[in-house]
Amino acid sequence: MNEKYLSDASLGSCYIIKKINVDGSIKRRLLDIGMIEGTKVENVLVSPFGDPMAFLIRGAVIALRNEVTSKIVVEALA
Amino acid sequence: MKKNWLSKTVALAGNPNVGKSTVFNTLTGLHQHTGNWPGKTVSNASGNFIYNNIEYTIFDLPGTYSLISHSKEEEVARDFICFENPDVTIVVCDAVCLERNLNLVLQTIEITDNVVVCVNLMDEAKKKKIEVDLVKLEKLLGVPVIGAAARNKVGIEKLLEQVDNLVTKKKRVSPLKIKYSDKIEEAINKVESVLKEVNIPFNKRWLSLKLIDDEKDLIITLNKYLGKNIMNFKGVFKAISEARKILMEDNIKVDKLKDSVVSTIISLSEHISKEVVTFKKKDYNKRDKKIDKFLTNKWTGIPVMLLLLMGILWITIVGANYPSNFLFDLLFKLEVYFIDFFNFLKFPTIVSEILVYGVYRVLAWVVAVMLPPMAIFFPLFTILEDIGYLPRIAFNLDKCFKKCSACGKQALTMCMGFGCNAVGVTGARIIDSPRERLIAILTNVFVPCNGRFPTIISIITMFFVGFGVGFGNSLLSSLILTLVILIGISMTFLISKILSKTILKGFPSSFTLELPPYRRPQIGKVIIRSIFDRTLFVLGRAISVAAPAGLVIWLMANIDIQNISLLKHCSNFLDPFGNLIGLDGVILMAFILGFPANEIVVPIMIMGYMATSNLTEFNNLIELKTLLINNGWTWVTAICFILFSLIHFPCSTTILTIKKETGSSKWTIFSFLLPTIIGIIMCCLVNCLLSLFL
Repeated sequence: MNEKYLSDASLGSCYIIKKINVDGSIKRRLLDIGMIEGTKVENVLVSPFGDPMAFLIRGAVIALRNEVTSKIVVEALA
Repeated sequence: MKKNWLSKTVALAGNPNVGKSTVFNTLTGLHQHTGNWPGKTVSNASGNFIYNNIEYTIFDLPGTYSLISHSKEEEVARDFICFENPDVTIVVCDAVCLERNLNLVLQTIEITDNVVVCVNLMDEAKKKKIEVDLVKLEKLLGVPVIGAAARNKVGIEKLLEQVDNLVTKKKRVSPLKIKYSDKIEEAINKVESVLKEVNIPFNKRWLSLKLIDDEKDLIITLNKYLGKNIMNFKGVFKAISEARKILMEDNIKVDKLKDSVVSTIISLSEHISKEVVTFKKKDYNKRDKKIDKFLTNKWTGIPVMLLLLMGILWITIVGANYPSNFLFDLLFKLEVYFIDFFNFLKFPTIVSEILVYGVYRVLAWVVAVMLPPMAIFFPLFTILEDIGYLPRIAFNLDKCFKKCSACGKQALTMCMGFGCNAVGVTGARIIDSPRERLIAILTNVFVPCNGRFPTIISIITMFFVGFGVGFGNSLLSSLILTLVILIGISMTFLISKILSKTILKGFPSSFTLELPPYRRPQIGKVIIRSIFDRTLFVLGRAISVAAPAGLVIWLMANIDIQNISLLKHCSNFLDPFGNLIGLDGVILMAFILGFPANEIVVPIMIMGYMATSNLTEFNNLIELKTLLINNGWTWVTAICFILFSLIHFPCSTTILTIKKETGSSKWTIFSFLLPTIIGIIMCCLVNCLLSLFL
C-alpha cells in the first residue's frame, strides 16, 4: 500500500493522522497541540515558498515544517 | 519566584496567547506586555491585589501547552504549581479552541485540587457562533468554571468570587480523576501506597506517575524541595521497579508511558469538548482563512509584507515631518531665552554655555528628531502586533530562516528589534533550541531599532531626497529606508547562515508555530500603551544619556591642550581610520559616545562640527546639510554613515541584555565585535568602490 504523508497534503483537504514517526522534543510538541493517532487535521495554508504548511488542529492553526510533516503518515478524508 | 507568606498566592496558568497577561493586568493594575502572538510574556511577573479583605500575590506563569514537555517555561509552570503549593491556580483558556486548552486544565487538576478555570475570549467565541456550556463544563471537571472577556473586564468579578470561595473553603471541589488503562492504574497505586506512608506535602498520585515515568528534572527538583533523595525513602525504589514490571505485562515500556498518558488526556479533552462546545456555524473561521490566504499566498504574501513595511515607514515619515519641524523651531528659539534667563540669574557665562549649548542642545535634538517618528511608529507597530500579523511574517519567512539553519520564530524577534534591539534579544526566549536562540540574539542588531531609523531618515532626506514635503519625496524616502532595512534583513540571513556553518554548527530544529486568530486591536489602549510604555520609556532613556553626553562633548570642545581642543585631538586621531571607511573622526567619535543610546549620534556629531566651524546655530535640516557639506560630507559619506548606523556595535542596553540572556562574557564580546567588524568592512568596501567612480 502506498503510504501518504502529511507533507503531501493539498490545500483545503482533511486528513486523519495514522502514525507519527518522530521522537524527542518535537514528538512532545505535537502531543502538546493535541496531535495523536486518530486526530483530524485540515491543511489551511501553504507559505509563499511552499514550506512550512499550516494545519487546523483541534481548533488552532499550527505551522509545521516539512521535516516533521514528511514523517507523519496520514489518510485522506473524502 | 518568591512567595509572600502573609498573603494568599494565586498562580495564573494557561496556553500561550489566551489572555493570561490581560487577566493579570486587570487584576493587578500593572502593565505586562500584551499582544496577539504566542510567547510574548518572557519574564515571570507577579503582582498584588486585595479582594474581600484578603491580600493576594498573583504569579503570571509563562504560557504553556502542557506540563509534560521539557521546555524551560513548562518546567517553571509545573514546578510552581506542584511545589510552591499556590492557594489557587487559575487556568485561563481560549473559548475559541477550548479542546486543546482542556489538556492543560486536566493536567493541572491532576496536580492540585484548587483550580479555577477561566474560559476567556468568550466574546470572540460568540462572534464566531461557538457556544460553550460552562455549567456542564463545571460539572464534568468538578472545579469552578467561569466565562470571561478579560479585555472588556467581563467576568473578572466572578473569577475573584470563585478564588475567594476556594481560599475561604466556602466551596468544596471534587476534581475529575483521570483514569488511565488498568495496568497504568495498578502501577500508580503500587507507588502511591508507598508514598502515602512517608510524609510528602505534594500530590502523591501525580508524583507516583512521574516517578514511574522517570522524569529526571522533576525528580531533581523534588529532591531539592524535600531536602533529601526521594529514592532513599523506604520502599520507594522497590515500588517503582515493581510498578514498571506491571507496565511491562501490558508491554508499556517506560519511554512509551508518556505517550499513553498524554493520549488518554487528549482523548478525554476531546470527549469533554464534544459535550460542552457547539459550533453553530460550520465555517466559523472563514474570514480568517480568507485573510490568511491572501497574506501568505505565493504571489501576494511577500509583496504585501513589503508594502506594509513601506506603508508604515511612509506614514511615519510624513506624519513626523510637521511636528518635527515645529519642535525644532520651538526648542531652538527657546535657546536664546534660556541664555537670557541664566544671565538674569547671574550664572557665570561658562556655566550657562555648558547648560545651553552643551546639554540643552543635545536634548532638543533628541526630542525634536526622535519623538515624532517614535510616537507614530510605535502605535502602528503595536496595532500590527495586536491584530496578529507578526506570526504570519514568521510563517512567510520561515523557509529563508530554515535555509540558514535558524528558527522561523527568529522573524518574531527580528520584528521586535524594530522597536528596540534589547526587547528583541529578550524575546529570543521563545526559541527553544539554544543554538538557534543564540543566532537570533547575535543577529538582532542588524534590524535598525527606533533609536536609529529617525537618524537614517534625516540623512536620507538631506542627501538623497531633498527638502520638499511633496508626496513624491516622502514616498522616495520610505522606499530608500525600506531598502536600507532590507539590507539589514539580508545581513541577518547571511550572518545567521555563516554562523550556522561555522561556530554555531547545527541543523535546523523542528518547532511548531501557532497562527492565532486575528483580533480587532483596541486602538485607544494601543495608543496609550505604545506612547507611555514604549515611546516615553525609550525617549526617557535617550534623554538621560543625552544630557551627560552633551556635557562631555561641550567640555571636550572647550578644553584646549596646546591651543587645540580636546575634541579636535580626538577627532584628528580617529580621522585616518574614519576616512578609510568613508567617514571621518568626528562621526566615529559620535558613534563611540553614542554607545549608551544611538539616538544621540547625530547631535553629538553636530556639536563636534560646530565646535570647529563658524556656524554657531542652525534651525533646520537645510542648514544642517550646509554644516555637513562644509565639513567635507559627500553623498558617499552619507551612504557610509547610513550603512554604519545600520551595522555597528549594539547600544549598551542591548549589550547588557545580551550578557543577561546568554550568561556568557564570551558571546557578549562576540556580539559587540561581530557587527562592528562587518560594518567596518562593508563601509570600507563601499567607500573604495564608490571612490573609483568619482
